[in-house]
Amino acid sequence: MKKKAFSVAMSLALAGSLVLAGCSSSSSSEKEGESSSSGGDKTVVKMMHLWPEGSSKAQFTIVDDIIKTYETEHPDVDIQTEILANEQYKEKIKVLSASNELPDVGITWAAGYMEPFVEGNMFAPLDDILESGLKDQFVPGTVEAFALDNKTYGLPLELNIAPVYYNKEIFAKYKLEVPTTYDEFLNVVKTLADNGVTPATVGNKDRWTGSMWYMYLADRIGGPESLNNAISRTGSFEDPALVKAAEELEKLVDMGAFVKGYNGLSNDEAKGHFMNEQAGMYIMGTWELPNYTTSPDVPQEFKDKIGYFKFPTYEGGKGDIDSFVGGPGVGLFVSEDSKVKDVAKDFVSYLVEEWGKRSVTEAGVIPATKVDTSGADLAQLYIDILDDLNSASNITLYADVQMSAGVADVHLNMIQALFGGEVSPKEFAKTQEEALASEE
Amino acid sequence: MRNVMSNKFVITLYTLPALLLILVLIYIPIAMTGYYGLMKWDGIGDMTFIGLENYIKLMQDGKFWTSAGHSFLLGLFSTLSLLIYLAISLVLASKIKGSDLLRKIYLIPMLLSSVAIAQLWLKIFDPSNGMANRILEFFGVENTPIWLADPDIALYAIFIPIVWQYAGFYILIYYAALKNVPEEVVEAARIDGASPLQIAFKIKLPLISGVFKVTIMLAIVGSLKYFDLIYVMTGGGPNGASEVMASYMYKEAFKLNNFGYASAIGFGLLVICLGMTWLTSRLTKSENDEVQY
Repeated sequence: MKKKAFSVAMSLALAGSLVLAGCSSSSSSEKEGESSSSGGDKTVVKMMHLWPEGSSKAQFTIVDDIIKTYETEHPDVDIQTEILANEQYKEKIKVLSASNELPDVGITWAAGYMEPFVEGNMFAPLDDILESGLKDQFVPGTVEAFALDNKTYGLPLELNIAPVYYNKEIFAKYKLEVPTTYDEFLNVVKTLADNGVTPATVGNKDRWTGSMWYMYLADRIGGPESLNNAISRTGSFEDPALVKAAEELEKLVDMGAFVKGYNGLSNDEAKGHFMNEQAGMYIMGTWELPNYTTSPDVPQEFKDKIGYFKFPTYEGGKGDIDSFVGGPGVGLFVSEDSKVKDVAKDFVSYLVEEWGKRSVTEAGVIPATKVDTSGADLAQLYIDILDDLNSASNITLYADVQMSAGVADVHLNMIQALFGGEVSPKEFAKTQEEALASEE
Repeated sequence: MRNVMSNKFVITLYTLPALLLILVLIYIPIAMTGYYGLMKWDGIGDMTFIGLENYIKLMQDGKFWTSAGHSFLLGLFSTLSLLIYLAISLVLASKIKGSDLLRKIYLIPMLLSSVAIAQLWLKIFDPSNGMANRILEFFGVENTPIWLADPDIALYAIFIPIVWQYAGFYILIYYAALKNVPEEVVEAARIDGASPLQIAFKIKLPLISGVFKVTIMLAIVGSLKYFDLIYVMTGGGPNGASEVMASYMYKEAFKLNNFGYASAIGFGLLVICLGMTWLTSRLTKSENDEVQY
């Protein structure tokens, strides 16, 4: 009996040490030199972000510079960063929040992603700093994506819209003009398809890519309200405009508008068809702009061939041409359990402002704050996009971001099925209506 | 020495490290998974106890059973492909020229990581520029398949690299087993005038039947919990056409934040695997079994 007790005690001790070892590894990955040298009576603010020096050097440098200036201006504050790449970041944040160990400042995504964190009281409301004048600096519609129940829990850093990029050389070869109406657009698709050129490329294995096409059709036919209302439950997904949009998409598929095997291609694979000039058009967020302007890895010859146009208007439709699909990318949050909440909030608002001044020119990232293009030395494509953004009549947030995770999955699966010809437009609308209704 | 080894305290002490590792890393998590399955939990906030609701939902979840069907289909294909591996091993073990080199060639896919294999086969299956369609075009096929994008083909298309991936592993096992067949027995049969086919079927195969049964078990259980290539190559798509149980579980947990339900799926997966293990061992049991599993 004694022996048994001993083995139990041993096992508990060993198990305990294993668990402890597991915990301690999470904090040891911070920059060791900095944390040990500072300390003392300084206020330490822990920050996590997702731009490692290796893969996102421009963003890393901007954030790093901003932190250094902030620390010089506030000598009593020490900001310690922990940096992880996108996917690891997403997972680590979930693990940390489960054990109540979120950093003071971190990066989050909008709407659906943020919701469980807010419901678990993990993020601090940031309305106090927004009301002290910061709010006016944001492009309308960006901060709102980080609001839940009238409180804002994140400050967006990026804003992207999705134009239709096209290859000018391919268009010129077949004497095609930039389409402004949907009929002209169909003519472009038909001409290219007849000549054996892939009209448009879409990597629909990732599903949100195809969702953008559908959202544009829905917007041009029913106006931004039809889709937004269906999702916010003031309307129905079986709205005739939304069914009509699905029918139009079905027609595009039948015309051979999309690259072969689109449902099995990831966005990166599909993008290859556009970059190799095998496809005429590509709808994607403005985060692609560096590839057509500043990126040193892409030949200038190719960059000169790329232009963009706004998704054309649909005859008899309610949407206008200045309405875009898009939305804010990542934003900053402050942890509700942070012991240095005031300093963290002050730093966050400082970071947002400084980021807004530098992100376009230095990283090619369009910030969620308003940009003054007059003095900046920017590629023409950026100036055009920023001007369009300023005159945008509406920006519809990506449908899958607006929806809760469960409904978004239904939506994205239906998009894939619609593109694959597996469902009729009516079933497409009905399935999503049912999913939305079941969550009411 | 014998004295020391029969001391119960020493036995406990020596087996303890391994026992603890297994306990902490495997059995306790299994129990916890079963427990989490009783909860409604998004992985972040509070857990709420909901009793057997998740398990009842699992029983009625059409998507789960479709993906379970795909897993069983994979199990069937893997088991059938064992016959091919066995045939190859019989040839390799019969002292043909270059069998050493061939064996190494078959083994190489096993040394590649799953993600590398997935990327390689994604390139091969690329509908416009991939090798598979280029070859078909060369032979004059006009409507070349779109492979992973076609819901009717996607699952089978992924089976090909999976079968290819494990070839080396099973061939290695069979080869080793066949090499262990006593030379004298084969020699005696040959002197009695048995043909090579007779030697293979009447002597070699019965002698390695134990190993064969083990590999059937490995193939079936491995298929039921299979995840990696499917996750990288199609993510279960298009529209769930290549979803298997493990990828469905991953999706529920990490994409849809249903950790409670995902735990129930995980537990269900475990039960199915245990059930299949028991069933296979019953079906392949014979009286003079030397291998216990």
